[in-house]
Amino acid sequence: MGEIDLVMVNWARAQFALTAMYHWIFVPLTLGLSFLCAFFETLYVRTGKEEWKSITKFWMTLFGINFAIGVATGIILEFEFGTNWSNYSWMVGDIFGAPLAIEGIFAFFLEATFFAVMFFGWDRVSKRFHLFSTWMVAVGSNLSALWILVANGWMQFPTGMAFNPDTARFEMQNFWEVLFSPVAISKFTHTTSSSFIVGSMFVITISSFYLLKKRHVEMAKKSILVASVFGLISTVYVAFNGDESAYTNASTQPMKLAAYEGLWDGEQNAGIVALGLLNRDKQPGDDLEAFSFEMKIPGVLSLLANREFDSFVPGINDLVYGNEEHGIMSTAEKMERGKLAITDLKAYKDARKAMDDVAAEAALGKFNANQDFLGYGYLEKPEDVVPPVPLTFYSFHTMVFLGTLFGLIFVLNLYFSMKGTLEDKRWLQLAGVPMFFLAMIASQSGWIVAEVGRQPWAIQDLLPVHVATTNISAGNVQTTFFMFLTVFTALLIAEVTIMLKQIKKGPEGI
Amino acid sequence: MIGSLDLEILQQLWWILVSVVGALFLFLTFVQGGQSLLWQIAKDETEKSLVINSLGMKWELTFTTLVLFGGALFAAFPKFYATSFGGAYWVWVLILFTFIFQAVSYEFRKKPGNIFGAKTYELFLFINGSVGILLIGAAVGTFFTGSNFYLDDFNRVSWATPYRGLEAAFSLFNLSMGLFLVFNARVLGSMYLVNNIDFGGMPEFEARVRKSCLTSLLCALPFLLYVLGGLLLMDGFQVNEIGQVSMEANKYLGNLLAMPVVLGLLLVGLVLVVFGVYKTAFSQSTKGIWFGGLGTVLVGLAIFFTAAFNGTPFYPSKVDLQSSLSIYNASSSHFTLTAMTYVAMGIPFVLGYIAYVWRLMNARQLTVSDVTDKKAY
Repeated sequence: MGEIDLVMVNWARAQFALTAMYHWIFVPLTLGLSFLCAFFETLYVRTGKEEWKSITKFWMTLFGINFAIGVATGIILEFEFGTNWSNYSWMVGDIFGAPLAIEGIFAFFLEATFFAVMFFGWDRVSKRFHLFSTWMVAVGSNLSALWILVANGWMQFPTGMAFNPDTARFEMQNFWEVLFSPVAISKFTHTTSSSFIVGSMFVITISSFYLLKKRHVEMAKKSILVASVFGLISTVYVAFNGDESAYTNASTQPMKLAAYEGLWDGEQNAGIVALGLLNRDKQPGDDLEAFSFEMKIPGVLSLLANREFDSFVPGINDLVYGNEEHGIMSTAEKMERGKLAITDLKAYKDARKAMDDVAAEAALGKFNANQDFLGYGYLEKPEDVVPPVPLTFYSFHTMVFLGTLFGLIFVLNLYFSMKGTLEDKRWLQLAGVPMFFLAMIASQSGWIVAEVGRQPWAIQDLLPVHVATTNISAGNVQTTFFMFLTVFTALLIAEVTIMLKQIKKGPEGI
Repeated sequence: MIGSLDLEILQQLWWILVSVVGALFLFLTFVQGGQSLLWQIAKDETEKSLVINSLGMKWELTFTTLVLFGGALFAAFPKFYATSFGGAYWVWVLILFTFIFQAVSYEFRKKPGNIFGAKTYELFLFINGSVGILLIGAAVGTFFTGSNFYLDDFNRVSWATPYRGLEAAFSLFNLSMGLFLVFNARVLGSMYLVNNIDFGGMPEFEARVRKSCLTSLLCALPFLLYVLGGLLLMDGFQVNEIGQVSMEANKYLGNLLAMPVVLGLLLVGLVLVVFGVYKTAFSQSTKGIWFGGLGTVLVGLAIFFTAAFNGTPFYPSKVDLQSSLSIYNASSSHFTLTAMTYVAMGIPFVLGYIAYVWRLMNARQLTVSDVTDKKAY
């Protein structure tokens, strides 16, 4: 391994984070709103009432504006794997490429083909075929999330593969293990269902605004009713699924779990932090208190992680420095074994080049004994395995707190909608207006937990981010970072302005 | 069944599939061609709206095909994906930028509150239709002229020039390939518009569009001839059975002669494009796009096949011949290619519903009343 330009690595990370976060402004809204449009249109087709058609067209227009910029930012992500992370692309292409290709063949074409019917087909196809197209756009959008999240799930929990020392890459051995890995499934369902909440909150925010302004009242009330039902079902599911994610994290990414719970020292009967303020000076291995202030519910973290109140949950220090009592290997030992793996891999390749089969066989045997620790061999110090704890912790707690709040908002909106008194509840309308923005914060926080929480790994335990990059100068990536930043920001401003104008005009302006 | 196929067969099969996607993309660049024609053929707002709305119903298909092309290369030939995208950094980044611009332009251009103004988005569409396709063409040209990379034992790419791929555009052959694709896209764009727009009451507009088909072909011809001449005369890259790469005189001429089917695809494709232009420019037919489209697909297939079959590395390295990539050393494993081949069996179904929806949406031509509707782009 030659010299790694860490400045370039950081710019590449910043660029990927920038692109992913911009992309993630638009995608959850697309995933949620596409289904809401399908619900509205289904009601139109079933009842034949023109008001449902008008409601459908209004939300569909906002969907279209958002969709376009989501697509624009999405294409960058796919190709950024190659431009900024070419070493990673080679090492995982055999596994990661397949889900991406399937996504392209099926999901994207479903979306792209029926998108045109959805927007231009009102007078060109039958009512039922138009409805079918709207559903296909919703299904296609969500299917596309499936495949990219399968790929992401594999990075968090690499399974169904083997490392091929001849090609120096990971190769797929079992497609179904990759597809149905518990992490992939949990990630997909958690991401899509939380996106349904974002879409529902978008409808509630705009509709609450209309009710406050006493404009488009009937449309707003009907929209809120549908969005509340969809949002509430999604919230209940997200809560159960979130629990499943934490359980999976405990076995596959214990460091991530420890980071988002701020758990420095492992505990039996570990409590979950309901409210807490981290001690910013806390570092691995020191004696400082972890929290300046904390409120914990005893035993719940153990229950969440292991399904047992009395079980042991390892903390950051246990994972870095090891814990013999609980059979946890130290990172230093893993690093040593990882370095051996790298040395033996090189020896194997040299022997192959020299056509010395005996030496190659011997080196390969040694490599195989340590290959599970391959990624650790590239780390400089044991503490490198600790992700940014405050960012992960606060993001996780923001997400959970807001998720609970969303459940309450959906219940209240549904309750007063059913009672027919929603129009009189000005306090609820006022509370509803900022909800979409909070939903966006929750959604972005979710990604921060998932992606920052797994640092420093591009592929858990096997490939650190700094080894995954392209051999390119920092200046190139820095330049494109600012190009992306400028273009995305300009387009975001354009999008928001157009959205606001369209919302101001209301359904009559469609 | 598929699992019992030799790795070599699967590799060839996947190059054929990737080539089909690439060739279909070249056909679908009628969207980009139409975009680059906008200011030339549309003289007022109504004509502009007709062009943009006509193309706007199809832009997603082109975009998605490009994404699929990238995805399929990543999946089937990951070493190419990693080498080309990581190495020829700037050429790909700039291509991507032009496509970001395209994606938003249709939806944002005429929306109230659009802060940049319709003309900005029309400029974006023009850039995508011209610069975007030019750079894609230059990138395709490197399949024959080679690139400046070398790979180490762990297949990590290093690039030998600071221009990171932009140098491809300085080669006359690559540039000609790019310009040929730009003008071919314009030929297809005008054919598509003739097919899709109801010009009732606008004979001058129709005449302009039909004429642009012919002028675009005339502009494309010198570049096509340069590319063809260059291809037949140039030395090419040859990979032998043990993977050693060397230079060979008239390699690509040799490929065409050794693979008469490919030569046939090229010749029939070119004739079909010319016939499509003839139908569009010299008759009242609206069917030119089908001849031009099929012709472009055949030419595209011939280009991709010539670049990779008959012992040819499809992504040759100029600075280190032995780093060159062939479909045999750049591909995914047997298991992955097998799994993907099963998945690819769904492609006819996907093509089927695309064709059905296309037919349904194009059953009636686009009229002025369609573009005065508030939903129009």
